Amino acid sequence: MSLLTAQNVYAGYGEADILQGINLQVGGDEIVVIVGPNGAGKSTAMKAIFGLVPIRQGHIEYVGEDITNQPPERMVARGIAYVPQEANVFPSLSVLENLELGAYSISGDITPRLEKVYEIFPRLRERRQQQAGVMSGGERQMVAMGRALMIEPRLLMLDEPTAGLSPRLIDETFERIREINALGIGVLMVEQNARQALGIANRGYVLAGGANRHEDTGPALLADPDVATMFLGG
Amino acid sequence: MWIEVTQLFLNGLLLGSILALGAVGATMIFGVLRFAHFAHGDLMTMGAYFALLVVVGLNLPVMVALPIAMLMTAALAVGIDQVVYRRIRRVQPVILLISSFATALILRAVVQMIWGSSNQVYATGIQLPWRLGPLTIKPDHVLIFCTATLLVIAVHLFLSRTRMGKAMRAMSDNMNLALITGIPADRVIMWTWAIGGALAAAAGVFLGMDTRLHPVMGWTLLLPVFAATIVGGIGRPYGAIFGGLLIGCAMELSTLIIPGAYKPAVAFAIMILTLIFRPQGIIKGAL
Ligand SMILES: Nc1ncnc2c1ncn2[C@@H]1O[C@H](COP(=O)(O)OP(=O)(O)O)[C@@H](O)[C@H]1O
Ligand SMILES: [Mg+2]
Repeated sequence: MSLLTAQNVYAGYGEADILQGINLQVGGDEIVVIVGPNGAGKSTAMKAIFGLVPIRQGHIEYVGEDITNQPPERMVARGIAYVPQEANVFPSLSVLENLELGAYSISGDITPRLEKVYEIFPRLRERRQQQAGVMSGGERQMVAMGRALMIEPRLLMLDEPTAGLSPRLIDETFERIREINALGIGVLMVEQNARQALGIANRGYVLAGGANRHEDTGPALLADPDVATMFLGG
Repeated sequence: MWIEVTQLFLNGLLLGSILALGAVGATMIFGVLRFAHFAHGDLMTMGAYFALLVVVGLNLPVMVALPIAMLMTAALAVGIDQVVYRRIRRVQPVILLISSFATALILRAVVQMIWGSSNQVYATGIQLPWRLGPLTIKPDHVLIFCTATLLVIAVHLFLSRTRMGKAMRAMSDNMNLALITGIPADRVIMWTWAIGGALAAAAGVFLGMDTRLHPVMGWTLLLPVFAATIVGGIGRPYGAIFGGLLIGCAMELSTLIIPGAYKPAVAFAIMILTLIFRPQGIIKGAL
């Protein structure tokens, strides 16, 4: 069943539309990857889905319900979590506080959720009293994903989770994302490390100039010579 | 010589604790709403006069009137936000700043209309100071300092232990992420005003106890309060406490070398120096 569907979405910041009719779909147990050149509108697409950039035409459906242009608060309440590309932790707050705030909308005991996040990212348990702002890029990314997981989302949206990480940490991050997906969480992810990301993806989209260029299964996109030369650096 | 210095230092701590109460609120408001609240001094004035209302009207001691005045001022601050600032939050911050300036003038005029513009006091009569060797300390001063300390501890517990306190820090850390996380901005903003207003009232009441009440009492304290927030790193409550104490002591100790009339200039000078050399505040870290 389809978890998320974006249909013919036009959206942008000012007068001009950055997104010019994009279409996306994420199934409930899928990892879906969006790749494409810088400035293609990948981050804008994520923001538009999450209600942070106004959609002027087209619509977004989540488990069959129209959620076009709903505020982020409502997205969170429905079980969609989003980790933006930049500034994705609360720097002056501790790791634990970052995670607690992730569960702000949850009433009741959050300890079981916290335990689950610590299971996926044991490093966060060790460093729970640490201020998030002074941590390494890799650790901050874990805090950011941990924060998002605190609502026990059905859909996790990640914007370039491996940006700026060392090759070893990139591998580890993709491994964690597979584990998260194995828990039954749909993942929609923008990635610059396109080959690796498509390697773990069920399906992928190539976005350029604010529109869909290619879409296929991960392996098929990797094998497509057009995609390889144009978007995956040969 | 050192007796005089110690005495001035004690006076500085007293003034500093009053400034700190104002500065914590002003810095939290800045952190969450990104504008310098120019009516903060006049919220202090309002708080002081609300307490006078209770003291005179119900014939209660000022320390009993204090929590009532704090509640009234908290409600006033939330009300002003709902009526004035909420509508213009999405426009440029400078518009907010200017309207807070107008709010300051309105509040002062209201105080003058209701209570007149002459000096007033909570209690007449002279308090016998305690003598500690060569030093003199007024019982009121001890009371003010201790109560201010308790309030600061309460704010600390609120910010570090409660969900709302953490949400407030989160919002001043990263507004966009707070939104994405599903933190209800409007409720956080209301709490920020309530706490800022209550602390401003306490500062006003303490100032009134220490000196006297008059309609510009808070306005004249606004500059040192802003100086304290800047010295402590704007948007950082713990820094504001430190900044308040530092500015208070500096203002009092400066009278050793320059006339007392220049005290506000000392606060101003420290603020300018901070802005030139350490605009992020003079203490390290991101408390
Ligand atoms: N906040 C913004 N305001 C105005 N334009 C923006 C903003 N963010 C991005 N853009 C523009 O939108 C286009 C797409 O940006 P983005 O979605 O961030 O691309 P990508 O994530 O694919 O690199 C770019 O031309 C960029 O300059
Ligand atoms: Mg991007």
